[in-house]
Amino acid sequence: MLEFRKDLFADERDDNLNVIGKGEQRQDMLGHVTGRTRFFDDHGFDGLLHLKVVRSPHHHARIRSIDVTAAERAPGVKRVIRGQDVPLNKNTLLSLIDFGKDDEPTLAVDKVRYKGEPIVAIIADSEAEALAAVKLVRVSYDPLPTVFDVQEALKPGAVVVNETYPGNYFEYHDKYDHQKLRFGDVEAAFRTADHVIEERYQMSPIEHASTETNGTIAAPETNNRYVVHSCAQGLFFSLGTTAKILALESNRLHFIGGTVGGGFGGKVDSLTEPLAVLGAILTGRPVRYVLGREEEMQFASPRGAERHVIKDGVMRDGRIVARQITSYFDAGAYTRLTSYGVVKCVAHMPGPYTIPNVRGDAYCVFTNRVPATAMRGFGVTGVDFSIEVQMDKLAHLVGIDPMEFRILNAYRDGDMKAHRRVAHNTALIECVQVVAQKVNWPLSETARRASSLSGGGGPRAAIPPTVTDESGRIGRPETRQAPPQLTPGAAPLPAHQPRPVVPVYQPPPAHQPAAALPNYPAQPADAAPLPAPAPPVPNAPAPPQHGAARFSSVFTRRR
Amino acid sequence: MARMPVQFRLNGSDRAVFVEPAETLLGTIRRGLGDFAPKFGCGQGTCGVCTVLVDGEPRLGCLTLSVTCEGRSIETASGLADGPTLHPLQAAFMEHFAAQCGFCTPGMLMAAKALLDRNPNPTRVEVVEAIAGNVCRCTGYEPIINAILAAAQQRGVRRA
Repeated sequence: MLEFRKDLFADERDDNLNVIGKGEQRQDMLGHVTGRTRFFDDHGFDGLLHLKVVRSPHHHARIRSIDVTAAERAPGVKRVIRGQDVPLNKNTLLSLIDFGKDDEPTLAVDKVRYKGEPIVAIIADSEAEALAAVKLVRVSYDPLPTVFDVQEALKPGAVVVNETYPGNYFEYHDKYDHQKLRFGDVEAAFRTADHVIEERYQMSPIEHASTETNGTIAAPETNNRYVVHSCAQGLFFSLGTTAKILALESNRLHFIGGTVGGGFGGKVDSLTEPLAVLGAILTGRPVRYVLGREEEMQFASPRGAERHVIKDGVMRDGRIVARQITSYFDAGAYTRLTSYGVVKCVAHMPGPYTIPNVRGDAYCVFTNRVPATAMRGFGVTGVDFSIEVQMDKLAHLVGIDPMEFRILNAYRDGDMKAHRRVAHNTALIECVQVVAQKVNWPLSETARRASSLSGGGGPRAAIPPTVTDESGRIGRPETRQAPPQLTPGAAPLPAHQPRPVVPVYQPPPAHQPAAALPNYPAQPADAAPLPAPAPPVPNAPAPPQHGAARFSSVFTRRR
Repeated sequence: MARMPVQFRLNGSDRAVFVEPAETLLGTIRRGLGDFAPKFGCGQGTCGVCTVLVDGEPRLGCLTLSVTCEGRSIETASGLADGPTLHPLQAAFMEHFAAQCGFCTPGMLMAAKALLDRNPNPTRVEVVEAIAGNVCRCTGYEPIINAILAAAQQRGVRRA
């Protein structure tokens, strides 16, 4: 059962919630238990045709020739589709929001870049006939050298996987080969730290394995439109993608969906919609394109592999004074959503901790593996896992309890994040305190008295002088060596103070939350605060702001 | 190859249908007869979303040939409710939040029904064993196990 800790978040919102926290029957539950819920495949059509694709057996190969004559003559085959039949045979998902270059064909033409890449689509009266005809397609290949390791792929002279991105890295803003975060001077801090440790963390790809595989049924409708029963998690995203690839007006596509048999991020790629609709256009009949389980497991996009190298400088008293993270995301052969995952990763560096010197570099790298995509916090889960394991190692190194070590280094309200935004609504300290309490983990009196609402800001809100470097610009292959080297003599960014936080909403006096904070011990000015990277502000903590103000970083325009 | 006639009962109604010799019961029920409650998940008998009852026994629809079902009685989740009255398992699944995406639910319900029909008072371990062939990727199984146990208890109360 949900438990609301209004004592911890009393100033977050003052309304009385009348739905959240109470049991409420889901509107789709009756359909689920009676078997009446209609998933994309639960629609009957007269004259339904079935589409199957020919997939590359090679990880990387030039296509010399494709011979479909035998397949075209096979029993039940109604149509064979090749790359040149696809109106716009190059797309990238996030082009709909103007992010990235078109880099992936619907059906490969000149080259295959991963094992399982679709090359030819066969439409037949039955699945069995379509599968039989798939075996009759003759594709002649010239196998090419492959690259499967992200750091190998970034080396100068590495095999080029995806010609749209010849450096094997996604190009951010058409200018940079990675995403970067700079705050202070990690090198100087490493030199003065009591301990410096560097560790490498690595995550494998993970298949979503939803019980329903990816698929689509598309059928001609009246008025020159097509009805599309889709498994897509983002229905309108898939509609836009299909309209773009098929060069159709989007109002000619009638997408029906939203009922997804398990997605977890694995149904955002529009893998089946464009070909099913194209099949319906070319045959004038309903076409069903459903991935088999083996296709789903082997060739549908997984969560991508990640590698994180974390180097930390820590003092004997437990303060982390520098953190450097270099992250490599394996996008596989095409971008899909990995470029976005990398941006999220950098947003999570250096973890929910106030560290005065931070350097982050994250690369979206192309290799000859199956293209990766979204999955449950992708971009974030891997780096957060790495950071938290690193935190345990650091705590062990300096001999501090791992829970207390987190409280010691946690963000507090008013602290400056490495992204140069002031931390609001920080609650890591309280979360750790609650967890410790629930599992009977002994915390020291100091740790139990710590609060996110006090001790932050002041010197901890300062932006330090920051060393800049020119690495990351496209066209400089030597910058592919990680971590990038500082350019000697580069002028540091000057230190400065953040702008003051402007509350966007003043609470009515009736809702002053002070009385509603029984579990927050008042922090007397002389109470010994936890040791922190910089001394706490000497004056009394600011009165708690109303929830809307605490969320101001979310709801107001970014500073 | 010549199609073959097959007759069986589906959720209490006599049905006659022509099938391909290699056609699966799942394919016949779904595309042949239009009952889309049992799902296709793997076609390899590994996920259980196609589970139906054949003469009361749980069977994988994707691995059962339709021609072997001549004269049998087939049950799917579509036939669980008695008109507007839900089966105790259906009511318990709703009550205990035992479905998220709902794709495994029709198969899960049939595996559970087979269990309760032959063992009205199962232990937790017996429930786990009964649904061991049914994959759910959303719930983590706990709500499903609790729902089945609750349905068994509910039925017991009603009998007493």
